[in-house]
Amino acid sequence: MNAPEAKPDLDSLPIKAEAKQLNFYYGAKQALKQIDLPIYDNKVTALIGPSGCGKSTFLRCFNRMHDLYPGNRYEGEIRLYPDDVNLLASAVDPIEVRMRLSMVFQKPNPFPKSIFENVAYGLRVRGLKNRTELEDRVEQALRDAALFGEVQDRLQDLASNLSGGQQQRLCIARALASEPELLLFDEPTSALDPIATGSIEELIHALRDKVTILIVTHNMQQAARVSDFTAYMYLGELIEFGWTDDVFFRPKQKQTEDYITGRFG
Amino acid sequence: MSTHSQIAGRLAHRRSRQRKEKLIELTLLSAALVAIATTLGIVFILFSESLVFFRQVPIWDFLTDTQWTPLFSDAHFGISVLLSGTLTSSAIALAIAIPMGTVLAVYLSEFASPRTREIAKPVLELLAGIPTIVFGYFALFFVTPLLQKIIPGLPGFNLLGAGIVMGVMIVPYISSISEDAMRAVPVLLREGSYALGATRLQTAFKVVVPAAFSGLAAAYILGISRAVGETMIVAVAAGMQPNLTFNPTESAATVTAYIVQVAKGDLPHGSLGYQTIFAAGLALFLITLLFNLAGYWLRRRYRETY
Amino acid sequence: MPKQRSTRDLSLIRRLIRSGKRNETLFIATGLAALALAVLTFLALFIDMLIDGSPRLTAEFFSNYASRKAEKAGILAAWVGTFTVMLVTAAVAVPLGVMSGIYLEEYAPKNRFTDLIEININNLAGVPSIVYGLLALGMFVHTFGMGASVATAGLTLALLILPVVIVATRESIRAIPGSIREAAYALGATRWQTVQHHVLPYSMPGILTGVIIGLSRAIGETAPIVIIGAVTFIAFLPGSPVQSAPPFISFDWLSAPFTAMPIQIFNWTSRPDAAFQANASAAALVLVAMTVVMNGLAIWLRYRLRRNIKW
Repeated sequence: MNAPEAKPDLDSLPIKAEAKQLNFYYGAKQALKQIDLPIYDNKVTALIGPSGCGKSTFLRCFNRMHDLYPGNRYEGEIRLYPDDVNLLASAVDPIEVRMRLSMVFQKPNPFPKSIFENVAYGLRVRGLKNRTELEDRVEQALRDAALFGEVQDRLQDLASNLSGGQQQRLCIARALASEPELLLFDEPTSALDPIATGSIEELIHALRDKVTILIVTHNMQQAARVSDFTAYMYLGELIEFGWTDDVFFRPKQKQTEDYITGRFG
Repeated sequence: MSTHSQIAGRLAHRRSRQRKEKLIELTLLSAALVAIATTLGIVFILFSESLVFFRQVPIWDFLTDTQWTPLFSDAHFGISVLLSGTLTSSAIALAIAIPMGTVLAVYLSEFASPRTREIAKPVLELLAGIPTIVFGYFALFFVTPLLQKIIPGLPGFNLLGAGIVMGVMIVPYISSISEDAMRAVPVLLREGSYALGATRLQTAFKVVVPAAFSGLAAAYILGISRAVGETMIVAVAAGMQPNLTFNPTESAATVTAYIVQVAKGDLPHGSLGYQTIFAAGLALFLITLLFNLAGYWLRRRYRETY
Repeated sequence: MPKQRSTRDLSLIRRLIRSGKRNETLFIATGLAALALAVLTFLALFIDMLIDGSPRLTAEFFSNYASRKAEKAGILAAWVGTFTVMLVTAAVAVPLGVMSGIYLEEYAPKNRFTDLIEININNLAGVPSIVYGLLALGMFVHTFGMGASVATAGLTLALLILPVVIVATRESIRAIPGSIREAAYALGATRWQTVQHHVLPYSMPGILTGVIIGLSRAIGETAPIVIIGAVTFIAFLPGSPVQSAPPFISFDWLSAPFTAMPIQIFNWTSRPDAAFQANASAAALVLVAMTVVMNGLAIWLRYRLRRNIKW
């Protein structure tokens, strides 16, 4: 927990992104209902809730992953600041959105390439060809992901030779390399052992100073450990949002309290 | 309550049941052994008959002689003459089948709508099911006349027409195995690429194709094996004249076409001319065996990865 | 990390997206062209045969023997030969293939020996068909003295399609969940009872699909039966299997010489006379129709099967 006694007034905090009246449909089935949620700049916001509550669905709206599959439909807006663009607008290409935001997945998914090429992938996709610049930025990303020391003398090894925790940190480096404006984590430790989970959590905590983070987690302790803000979702609706310690210790909603205290979920 | 006789009866029943089960298992095993026996049979026949041949023709001459005239009085047995026909026609076929099969597989696996896929795959399967003798007919009477309009002086029998049709015939094999391999690549890997802002095309060629590489390699290798072993298209459309050439606009016999030609004739069993087809068959078998084993190994590798 | 993308960054991104889209359109066009080429080949082949061959497709064409005169020649001996050969092929390949498949999936221990069988079957599937012809020539024709008969051809093609039947059997058995087997064992069934009452019936449609695909391949195979010395000119039919006098059933047809559809086509194709070429077209049309119907049936069966899977 990292909230000091005196928490700044929410209105004074800069907002990085904001969902406004967001509805989402898988075909005819509505998966998200009227969600309004601010994502504060350089803070970690955690999404919690029982499985099937729509937290991953919500996260995948931000980088338009739902556009990959037919029959999905958004209503409402997700605005990205400061240029105040609606990420969900049909005039905005999903690829443009994905070039600006990055995502880390549930299971480590390194490409069947070398460690170096994994991190360089996003940069190459963005048209970067200069070898020295590539090397510099790959190194920086690996350092930011606290992986450089472990892999610096085997950058040309296949990424699949790394351990699960290292693979996930590689995926974080890959996501960081393209300097995202917002970093999305979809249950990033659900496939990892406790030790690897610990190192990923430390990393997320440290990254907060560099990038705004939105993280979905199935693990409430994790939300309490890494996040500044917490949003509790249930059945596609946002039930409660606030400073993490408020949500955990002074929930306003009975439903949230029941979930947090383990009476339900 | 069980008496002694009831227990004894039950035990006897159990023994007979176990005997029956064992018998069934043995029967099934012997059926499975037929496949082994077939391979052994092939190896035995090809080697034993070739041995008769190699007693009269030194294996060195077989490999290095540049003439193949087994039926002349001045007989020469240089397999390279037939191999040149096989190599040329296979090269033409693969130059068509590999790019076309790969593009088709990438398109069907990564781009096509489910509807297009549902129509395209059965059509490709039907294409793959057409008997090769019909393709041979098609090469001789449709493709070659067409080619003769473009290339004046092209003989009626030529490696080019046969090779092209053979290529089209192999496309469905390559595309189907390649597509299987690409569809086995986990969705998570694709999403990882999309999330970094890659297009479908970049994802297909920079992530999916490398991930499915061993499957694609298996598809190509099995395609090669099929081209080398293909018989009727070349027998009908490429001609039966042994000709040491790599020129696709010439007529030349392949290993397979030669075997057909001899078998169609009335050579007496045991004559040297008759034995040649087993030596040629042995060469063919060993070449395709090599490719098949490599293809099998590669295919198993991509199946194990995911 | 940047708080905001500069406009220069964004316009670079948009330019990249535009060129990416262009490449994608280009590739989709290439893919569609490849698909169109495959379909067009199929159509060209079909239409070409239709134009050349359809005038010859009369009732006499099916009821006449081959002849030196093209306009009198028919495919009676050929289609009857194909039919009888297929009978032998199916009678041998189906039980052998299904039994092998059952053994490998339900009985075989996982060891190096079964690995060997596995590799062996995979390799057999890739052996050129002409090599099977050489096997049959050396083994059945000369060593066993069976001659160029219906039985020889049927056995040869049976060995040829055996891998197809085995693989299809194994795949459809593998699709049956283990819980079904456990349920049967829990009720006290023996291994064979489980196979007989559960595994085999549930995998039947899949096996049938494989059998049809195998037979449709066998029906068009030319090389192996040319090698064993199928006769190209034949003016009689194999003896009838059913007879009016005791013992009513005869197996003489098995040892009869024969011709078959692909042989007939091959023979007519190698004649220089254009009239025979028309015959070849007509016969090829009949053969393609046979294989298309069989393959279509298999595709349809598989499609239905996929829809009806309930577990």
